[in-house]
Amino acid sequence: MQRYILRRLVHAVICLFAVTIIVFCLTHLSGDPAVLMSSPDASKEDIQEMRETMGVNKPLHVQYGIFLSEILQGRFGTSYKWGKSCIEVWAERFPNTLLLAAAAMAFTLIIGLPVGILCAVKVGTWIDSIGKIFALLGQSLPVFWVGLMLMLLFSVKLGWLPTSGTGTFWHLLMPAFTLGWYFAAAITRLTRSSMLDVLDQDYIKMARVKGVKKYNVVIRHAFKNASIPILTFATMNFVFMLNGTVITETVFNWPGVGKMVVEAISARDFPLVQSTVLIASFFFIFANLTVDILYSYIDPRIRYQ
Amino acid sequence: MTHSHNLLEVKDLKTHFFTRRGVVKAVDGVSFHLNRGETLGLVGESGSGKSVTCFSIIRLVEKPAGEIVGGEVLFGGDNLLDLSEKQMDALRGKNISMVLQDPMTSLNPLFTIGFQVSEPYFIHQQLGKKAVRQKVQEMLKNLRIPSPELRVHEYPHQMSGGMRQRIVSAMALACRPQILIADEPTTALDVTIQAQYIRLLKEIQQQSDLAMIIVTHDFGIVAKACDRVAVMYAGKIVESASTMELFDYPTHPYTIALMNSLPKMGAKVKRLYTIEGQPPDLSALPQGCSFAPRCPQAIDICSKEYPPQSIIRDGHTMSCWLFEKGN
Amino acid sequence: MTSLVLDKDIDRGTEDRHQSIVRKILIWMRRLPVFPVLILGIFLICGIFGDFLISQDPLRNNLKQVLTPPFWQEGGSTDFLLGTDHLGRDILSRLISGASVSLQVGFVVVIFAGAIGVIFGLIAGYLGGKADTIIMRTCDIVLSMPYMMVAIALVAILGPSKNNLVIILVVLGWAGYARVLRSEVLRVKEGDFVHLAVLAGASKIRVMAVHIFPNIVNTLIIMATLQLGSVIIAEAGLSFLGLGVPPPEPAWGSMCADGRDYMFDSWWISFWPGLAIMLVVLSCNLLGDWLRVRLDPKFRQT
Repeated sequence: MQRYILRRLVHAVICLFAVTIIVFCLTHLSGDPAVLMSSPDASKEDIQEMRETMGVNKPLHVQYGIFLSEILQGRFGTSYKWGKSCIEVWAERFPNTLLLAAAAMAFTLIIGLPVGILCAVKVGTWIDSIGKIFALLGQSLPVFWVGLMLMLLFSVKLGWLPTSGTGTFWHLLMPAFTLGWYFAAAITRLTRSSMLDVLDQDYIKMARVKGVKKYNVVIRHAFKNASIPILTFATMNFVFMLNGTVITETVFNWPGVGKMVVEAISARDFPLVQSTVLIASFFFIFANLTVDILYSYIDPRIRYQ
Repeated sequence: MTHSHNLLEVKDLKTHFFTRRGVVKAVDGVSFHLNRGETLGLVGESGSGKSVTCFSIIRLVEKPAGEIVGGEVLFGGDNLLDLSEKQMDALRGKNISMVLQDPMTSLNPLFTIGFQVSEPYFIHQQLGKKAVRQKVQEMLKNLRIPSPELRVHEYPHQMSGGMRQRIVSAMALACRPQILIADEPTTALDVTIQAQYIRLLKEIQQQSDLAMIIVTHDFGIVAKACDRVAVMYAGKIVESASTMELFDYPTHPYTIALMNSLPKMGAKVKRLYTIEGQPPDLSALPQGCSFAPRCPQAIDICSKEYPPQSIIRDGHTMSCWLFEKGN
Repeated sequence: MTSLVLDKDIDRGTEDRHQSIVRKILIWMRRLPVFPVLILGIFLICGIFGDFLISQDPLRNNLKQVLTPPFWQEGGSTDFLLGTDHLGRDILSRLISGASVSLQVGFVVVIFAGAIGVIFGLIAGYLGGKADTIIMRTCDIVLSMPYMMVAIALVAILGPSKNNLVIILVVLGWAGYARVLRSEVLRVKEGDFVHLAVLAGASKIRVMAVHIFPNIVNTLIIMATLQLGSVIIAEAGLSFLGLGVPPPEPAWGSMCADGRDYMFDSWWISFWPGLAIMLVVLSCNLLGDWLRVRLDPKFRQT
């Protein structure tokens, strides 16, 4: 297992470096990276200074070296719109996004898992059909529309929930639902097919032959086996969510990282955008690694390789 | 006529599956009985309905795909088909148990051997953890599994096929059931292990007066292990007799064909005998006797009506127009 | 043990041969994807022939007709069947015009991303070795970057335009195809017919193009159909944020964004474009699923 973990670790590090290279190249796509990274109302001298710091006149690999060393030291640049270091701005907003994603994840699992299991157990019946329709609809609805329609129904027409802002559980409800809806559908489908695969297996039949009640077989036996792919998917889902809050936050004016990025673009504050992309990628790669390691603990077959 | 001394009596069992192509009559009127300490062999080709019969007895045929549509399964004074799910749960593993064909997939890869073998004890016998642990060790020893104290902490993938089959058997025999159903228990095992396994089963059977149903397509197993045999074709039993009787006097054309397909020691043959044709489509069975299209001795009436059961001798029955009227 | 149950979705067949006509029609409708084909057909027609169908100019501001509700509500008129937006533009006409944008972007992205994905998938799967490692690593890296954020960053750098949008979505989209198709290629290349072709002296390119490709084209079609839906949603999302197709060209996403400020009284501005997106994407998903059942031998009844 050590070898397995080591391999995954190496893979993750390679991905990390590759991402920094890609982001570095991105800035150079625009022609004059110094202009891109400077404040919108920078003077000619400021831009020249930026050129010096970035080493624009030096060969590319040296520029990349400067870029990389800055990152490794935690210096992701300065945000012009907010006048602080990018990391600070990000750190202020991130907890809100984390809260939103966590709530959405909870919603996804609370709805997705039971419905998926139910559909698998009652496969072929009308319950299954309804579950499939739910899953299909979930994956066909655009996120912003779900948010808008929810707002229309619950805020405008019924007046039950506030349209924007944070602070209470009621503020969290609609955004979490909006963000989680798509993934709930995906988890439902995955849970259903994973459970169906497992329920078909001989060892499940054997459990029944031993006298284990159907309910127990499904929850204690089948679900444990089916949960491996679901776990992988759910973790990746969570990271997708973390990175995909842009639209939800915009619709509901939720003060998180997603909204920050959109504002940064309008303000032409590219350092902030760049930092966010880097951090988000790091999260993703880290999550991948964590899932792989977790996997090896749950599935003893990998553990004993 | 009721054989009230029989341990298990299956009467006219019918199990159908409902697929897009139509109704598949997997088990179409199967009747047999089983006594204490006796071994019954169920023989037939793939698709003859042997496995489905076994699953039907313990009612593990899942709706809406399949359903037991008729007949009776009499055990211990009850018709198993009438019992509630709760009652069946209590019965499975305790009174009637089963061993499946493929040992490689019969054990859950995520649970230890110890957990899986101790489950029947926890379900059916109210014992403490320590007592269960002891019983598990005993059972594993009974099935000749080496170093059981170490095995209980291991996982299935760490063991060979033969060992896994014995562990599955330990699971099945844990609560000392009265009937063990073994669905092709040796098919997935190496030839060298097969004989060992059968011997082991027979030993255990003698110790506890266990009744067994062995599903197989291998007449060698039948000869070694079974007291009586029932030959199945297309969901029906076409011939049934004691093992010796069947080997000495096979009467149904299908049985004879099966036996002819076995290569005989010492006989010089240019070609192995094969039964012509294909097994029938169970969703579109021909009228009359299902074997008629492939039967070398078929006569006119064979494709019109299904033959009634004839008694050849005491304990030897078969269904064929050639022997109707008790020839 | 031979499994007699061949399909997870079981129809409870009847032994009665005289099924009613109604039942026969229902079964026929379930067999063919009537609904999705219908919707997608309408989508295509609007997308291609939209100009001939609209009654009003989707770009003309008409300040006298601002915020008219749909024709069945009080204050609506049959000139503007689905209402007008905050600049007096007819929603229905904009909806039909917007179809062409979604169609263009959707198809172009799917075709290009699919093509690149197939080529890389074939190379990685069939040629293996270093090429495989490089391509798969690249896929991993592309797939480990946050989709939305990267798209947004790229728009920030390149500027919002329809062409840039297409490029961005293709760059982010090919990796998914390459991965899946590579594993299909790995499965197919073990076939005897491939070995025979190689023995007969076929060049690597020939084997890939003539023998392997036709066998993975099914998966490609299924993926493309499903991806069309995803691309449309992605484009709509970006347009909603103002980073997709720039105004005043009508795009369903930006129409939803327009309507946001008027939600309190004029729900129809955001409602119709979102509904259109949902119907089209739903049809893509339904069609993709139907194709998967039809074309993928694993799902088919033997």
